[in-house]
Amino acid sequence: MSTATADLHEAPAESGVNYLNASYGIRSWLLTFDHKRIGLLYLASITVMFLVGGVAAVLMRIHLIEPQGALFEPETYNKLFSTHGIIMVFFFLVPSIPATLGNFLIPLMIGARDVAFPKLNLMSWYIFITGAALALYATISGGVDTGWTFYPPYSSHYSATNVTIVALGVFVAGFSSILTGLNFIVTIHKMRAPGMTWFRLPLFIWAMYATSLIFVLGTPVIAITLFLLGLERILHVGIFDPAVGGDPLLFQHLFWFYSHPAVYIMILPGMGVVSELVTAFSRKKIFGYSFVAFSSLSIAVISFIVWGHHMFVTGQSIYAGLVFSVLSFLVAIPSAVKVFNWTATLYRGSISYEAPMLYALGFIGLFTIGGLTGLFLASLATDVHLNGTYFIVAHFHYVMVGGAVMAYLGGIHFWWPKISGRMYPDLWARIAAAIIFLGFNLTFFPQFMLGYLGMPRRYAVYPAEFQVLNVLSSAGASILGIGYVIPLVYLIWSMRYGPVAGPNPWKAKGLEWTIPSPPPTENFEEIPIVTEDAYNYPVADAHSYPDAPEVARV
Amino acid sequence: MTGLIQSGFDTFAAMIPLQPPAASTTAEGIDHLYQVLSGITAFFTVLIFSIIFVFMIKYRRRSDAQKSAATHTPLIVELTWTIIPSLICAVLFVWSAALYVQNGRPPASSTEVFVIGKQWMWHLQHTEGPREINELHVPVGVPIKLTMTSQDVIHDFYIPAFRVKKDVLPGRFTSLWFQPTEVGTYHLFCAQYCGTNHSEMIGWIYVMTPTDYAAWLAGGEKTESLAQQGERLFTQFGCNSCHTGEEGAKAPALAGLYGKPQRMANGETRVVDESLIQQAIYVPSSVHLPNYQAIMPTYQGQIDSDQMTKLVAYVKSISSEERNGK
Amino acid sequence: MAAHGAHPPGFAHQFETVEQQREAGTLGMWTFLVTEILFFGGMFTSYIIYRSLHLHSFIQGSHELIVRYGATNTAVLIFSSLTMALAIRTAQTGKSKGQIIFWLLLTMILGATFIAIKLRFEWYRDYVEGLIPGVSWLDGGTHTPGVKMFMCFYFFMTGLHALHMVVGLGILTVLVIMTARNRFSAEYYAPLEISGLYWHFVDIVWIFLFPLLYLIGGRYPGS
Repeated sequence: MSTATADLHEAPAESGVNYLNASYGIRSWLLTFDHKRIGLLYLASITVMFLVGGVAAVLMRIHLIEPQGALFEPETYNKLFSTHGIIMVFFFLVPSIPATLGNFLIPLMIGARDVAFPKLNLMSWYIFITGAALALYATISGGVDTGWTFYPPYSSHYSATNVTIVALGVFVAGFSSILTGLNFIVTIHKMRAPGMTWFRLPLFIWAMYATSLIFVLGTPVIAITLFLLGLERILHVGIFDPAVGGDPLLFQHLFWFYSHPAVYIMILPGMGVVSELVTAFSRKKIFGYSFVAFSSLSIAVISFIVWGHHMFVTGQSIYAGLVFSVLSFLVAIPSAVKVFNWTATLYRGSISYEAPMLYALGFIGLFTIGGLTGLFLASLATDVHLNGTYFIVAHFHYVMVGGAVMAYLGGIHFWWPKISGRMYPDLWARIAAAIIFLGFNLTFFPQFMLGYLGMPRRYAVYPAEFQVLNVLSSAGASILGIGYVIPLVYLIWSMRYGPVAGPNPWKAKGLEWTIPSPPPTENFEEIPIVTEDAYNYPVADAHSYPDAPEVARV
Repeated sequence: MTGLIQSGFDTFAAMIPLQPPAASTTAEGIDHLYQVLSGITAFFTVLIFSIIFVFMIKYRRRSDAQKSAATHTPLIVELTWTIIPSLICAVLFVWSAALYVQNGRPPASSTEVFVIGKQWMWHLQHTEGPREINELHVPVGVPIKLTMTSQDVIHDFYIPAFRVKKDVLPGRFTSLWFQPTEVGTYHLFCAQYCGTNHSEMIGWIYVMTPTDYAAWLAGGEKTESLAQQGERLFTQFGCNSCHTGEEGAKAPALAGLYGKPQRMANGETRVVDESLIQQAIYVPSSVHLPNYQAIMPTYQGQIDSDQMTKLVAYVKSISSEERNGK
Repeated sequence: MAAHGAHPPGFAHQFETVEQQREAGTLGMWTFLVTEILFFGGMFTSYIIYRSLHLHSFIQGSHELIVRYGATNTAVLIFSSLTMALAIRTAQTGKSKGQIIFWLLLTMILGATFIAIKLRFEWYRDYVEGLIPGVSWLDGGTHTPGVKMFMCFYFFMTGLHALHMVVGLGILTVLVIMTARNRFSAEYYAPLEISGLYWHFVDIVWIFLFPLLYLIGGRYPGS
């Protein structure tokens, strides 16, 4: 029964029992140790959080159609943008790809039966749910109006809203991240199948490993920072209060020490997904594998030493500004290297345009814009003018939404047949991807312009001269919203009515495509022995490469 | 070449506003950098999009059996597209840093204005005496230095037309400077979220011709200068009972102290600036000079930001007088 | 694949071998301790910054603490690390479960002693003397705002540490129960080893806390 070398193209025969139907009932889901089910528990939870944060965004954009505000008093608007930021950052973007696709795929991709600590994995989900419940409770019972950045003294002494409860919710959810990151690090180090050396790993794994390093090193710092803020609020002591010798800027340093690497937590997994999508849909080995792998690691490392670029106008010393500026330029280089490598992978590929590929290509384009606008902010002289304006808002939405969310959707679509055993309707998926792309650009490009014109962010009312650009942005947001709802509908539809997908509908390389869709609970009947590099697609021989379209040798 | 790009931008800007008025000496420099950054962004965006577009068409899969070519990764290619972006970034960093350092130094001849930010308004005080709320009248062509503090939370003083911005913090002073180049009226915004009416903490900067400005100065209520008001507070709060200025006094003499480095009791040396003066008044135990007992009481809660500004102005004035030999 | 009978109790089936499980457990605990270093690190960083800005107040505040209690506690914790290591050694050399439990219980007693000294002789006294910011703070005299800042750090840091000690006592309780149920042997004692890492870490944090909080500015005449 044992095979010395598993044939990676052959999948075991279908037996009908998979991780979805191996046991029934709510208890079997809520008490599962199976990483695949846990991934789906996270998928459901973060979809709910995305909808809450999304509703807040829609309300904000409708309100901003009028210079004097169309819907709300400033107090309510302030609570809306704070809720939008807190929910989207901590309860959607940070867990999104790692907790859903990461949990589902990492053991499959490395040839393991589960993660290193499955019980810890389930506990991580419960911790996340607790944090999310606290945050939602705080929102419903009065809201928070400090912004997701919680700057004191406003948050410690002046805001009369549910700051402590939300901070507690974020604090708790942080431990979910830490434990997930810990689990992934140990899994990737210790549970790779025989023959799966580091340099044969899919680039998604490299990206998840780099992300996990940030989880583990950065998240504890925001935890302690919010803990100190909470203590200051409850006990009225003065860590950040200048009246008793405290320093509000200390909070900012501690906060951004985590929150800058956090944005790389949000983008690195997306980059990992894009590496998988670009190779699968051009059926070609990635260009520059080791460069892409090492750039993930270097982004993770450098991300820890650039936090001061959020504080260029706080009155910090010129020397600090210079150091953080040069390092912030440095962190852009590995990202640029990745963009070039993905593009080069397409060269002489065999490219098809199903929805996941459209999302991946959209990512590359929008991340290029978003990343390059980061240079405007790394650059000291222009940051003085742009900090605190809509330029910043546009920049981070380009990378977070145009980047991370598009990659997330691309990944969900790509691995959907593996997760559910069904195919989704690709025509609708492509239409939705196009609507999202157009809606996104219409929403956020005008915001770059608003920023340079001087419109500050977090404004509930604004001077009338900014109205045209605001209306364009709001129009885009309505289109974007429709675009996001469409996949929700057809993905759920496909779970029941979609055509059955075989083990490898995309004919992609990777251990996850060698097992049935959906996979059995134990993943692999026999742990595979890996003998080839990642993305080892068959190549056309040199003479017959189809520059002439009619040549196609099998 | 840059002139061509410049006029291109100007034409476009006339149709759709791309930037606020450039009304200070530093604005144009920042705009040039911004335009180059925009050009680089546009260049690489178009480059990547075009290459992807071409590859998408040329290498589309025509039949399911169609295979891709082998991937070779020449090191020279990787190095090229690592080194070229690095060089671009290096140039941008140096240019921007130079502008930033240069723009950070107020000319010695700057006229000073004190600013206090509080929820949700700006108090501005000219050294000659006039006080303004949410408005600042200045003469064109004169460098103005703003010395700012907050009475409560963190705010940010932002004048888009001058391309200047600086956070305004409680417990310390920050500063920015500008020299207006065009008469006109320009937005003032608070650019650091500070609570409910953050978006209403806005105002106007009025840049006037020198004659109009002189008329405005003369037309207002006659008030004492900030330093004179500070001198009265110095007596009112009893500061002069210890800071007598005489030999053997319980507290150090303050004349001539401002702007000079001063050694502290714990060995470190700090320059006496506005923030140090404020710290000495609010948290005296943290500003302990050698050879003096640490007996100064704190005035936290007794002296508000308004009064602090005046006391600071007074301490500064007795240093410049000493140096000028008045 | 080895038959199930060959795997000792406690083997988890996501792993292929016992060795793999042991290595994963150890790497997991070291990774967790790194996160704890960063967690305490945020607080230590704030402490360093405020101490350099307000050294005089920190010296004054430090003098409000009683060195002999802190020193005793340091000795107690170091000794408890020894007893913990001996518990592991006892398991490693295949001794009886009674002996393992003896060392584990001794470690717990020492840990409880640490907490008792803190609560009874230090924190209760601070409470009575009005030195606990936000809970029972009395202004005036040596109780300056700067000293209040120091006491904030004192309570936050030792409080967080004590919380970790309590969790450690909980872990030790679980280990005692597991030992009593014959879960460990000379071949399998990984949970003891991993918990030992945690216990030593908590000890090391205290070894940093003690001089940083209790010994600022020295205790010699003239300092």
